[in-house]
Amino acid sequence: MAPIVSIRNLTKRYATGFTALKGVDLDIEEGEILALLGPNGAGKTTMISIICGIVTPSGGTVTVAGHDILADYRKTRSIIGLVPQELTLDSFETVWSTVSFSRGLHGRKPDPALIERILKDLSLYDKKDTMLRHLSGGMRRRVLIAKALSYEPKVLFLDEPTAGVDVSLRKDMWQLVERLRAAGVTIILTTHYIEEAEEIADRIGVINGGRILLVEDKKALMTKLGRKQLTVELAEPLAAIPPSLAPFGLALAGTGERLVYEFSTTGERTGISSLLSALSQAGLRVRDVSTEQSSLEDIFVELVGEDR
Amino acid sequence: MNIEGVRAIYLFEMARMRRTLLQSVVSPVITTSLYFIVFGAAIGSRMQEVDGISYGAFIAPGLIMLTLLNQCIGNGSFGIYFPKFTGTIYEILSSPISTAEILIGYVGAAATKGLIVGTIILLTASAFVDISIAHPFLMALFFVLTAVTFSLFGFMIGIWAKDFEQLNIFPMLVIPPLVFLGGSFYSINMLPPFWQTVSHFNPVLYLVSGFRWSFYEIADVNPAVSLAIVVGFLVACLSVTAWIFKTGYKLKS
Repeated sequence: MAPIVSIRNLTKRYATGFTALKGVDLDIEEGEILALLGPNGAGKTTMISIICGIVTPSGGTVTVAGHDILADYRKTRSIIGLVPQELTLDSFETVWSTVSFSRGLHGRKPDPALIERILKDLSLYDKKDTMLRHLSGGMRRRVLIAKALSYEPKVLFLDEPTAGVDVSLRKDMWQLVERLRAAGVTIILTTHYIEEAEEIADRIGVINGGRILLVEDKKALMTKLGRKQLTVELAEPLAAIPPSLAPFGLALAGTGERLVYEFSTTGERTGISSLLSALSQAGLRVRDVSTEQSSLEDIFVELVGEDR
Repeated sequence: MNIEGVRAIYLFEMARMRRTLLQSVVSPVITTSLYFIVFGAAIGSRMQEVDGISYGAFIAPGLIMLTLLNQCIGNGSFGIYFPKFTGTIYEILSSPISTAEILIGYVGAAATKGLIVGTIILLTASAFVDISIAHPFLMALFFVLTAVTFSLFGFMIGIWAKDFEQLNIFPMLVIPPLVFLGGSFYSINMLPPFWQTVSHFNPVLYLVSGFRWSFYEIADVNPAVSLAIVVGFLVACLSVTAWIFKTGYKLKS
């Protein structure tokens, strides 16, 4: 199946001379949830803004559902929804009017029943006549989402949807993303929170310095790049690591009763069996052994660190 | 054509007028009434007729123009400046809507508001002085053309303005002198020859003069020239706006 969003050699150089995108290639499959991870200034928002029509690209092409975003902007923009990072809303409009406005702007006929359902889904219905300036930050975030959903987009961009959002709203948001995926909506979200990507994404892209460093299936990424840690608890603490164990690059932890061994799950040999036999040869008694998988965060820090 | 989109922008802007009824409607009515009391009744009663028309009636078209220009420029500029200022412009830019449709929505609403207020001023004026309209069709044409042109002009200012200071330069500093010196309150024949020549460089003179001709058939300049100037200005504004959207000037980076 052809990708729903296809980005080819996309570049953006701002008038200030800053190059935000240095040739991005990316295919987004229909119905998937793609998380874009990257530090501030990586180019995440610029990329999204170009696809949505807010920023003009300097070079390259983007197609959405087979339509070019510049030549066929009416077609692409009517199927793209955007929830921006900033809480930009009119102060003096009501929740209901601003959400209805978004629907009209995207060329859809009024549909009060749909707006009502969206507001109820987002726990906004009892606030429908409230002026936007009287809403809390979390509520304003929900309104921005309601606005983007009001015209039933097929591709939804969530630019840091959970930045500055409390835990319960974040959980609500994740459930909403699940529901939208079930309805067939393709979702691209940018985030700083790695746990968020880990929790909900199918694929993860890492972007830094205007380049996509990698795009991988989440599980594959974690297996491929995952490092594991083996912790050996000893019956008696050690003052120093015996010379016979030096080749393993062990670290002594705690008050000397724990030995930490790092290994890669992708290597041909993990070295665990030889470590264990070396331990018994050295006459050390082992009380417990545990392993820990490194999180996406470690993977991310490693990748972006290498890129610097 | 994204008709729903145009409708959404138009109704959004008209809703803003309803919310600010005091500022948009009541205030210009009070201001105009004050002009009629001061210039029409108090001072006008001691003045001779101008070109055979009572002074109060003579100034009515100019006062309507003053209000119309201010309203259209104010509404046109604020309508687009505010989303730029708050950031809600992102939604317009990411919508499946063309330049022309955005213009019809914003400029159409600004012009509608200007015309509503202008009509209210006309009714207010007729409460103070006898007003006759010799050429209703031409009067309506001037009325609508001026409203559209200056709403468009306001729209351009709204896009150009970096801050509220710049936003207010035209309605506060440029339009009032042009209107006051453009023969709103006198016939430029009353001026010394040098200032008559200078006045001919003032675009507002042509507006006021043409508009007044449609009421009383008296004019400082040929009404056809007036009409041509308004149309010319409209075309100029349309071209600049088309360029703005083509290049994304101050709207997109």
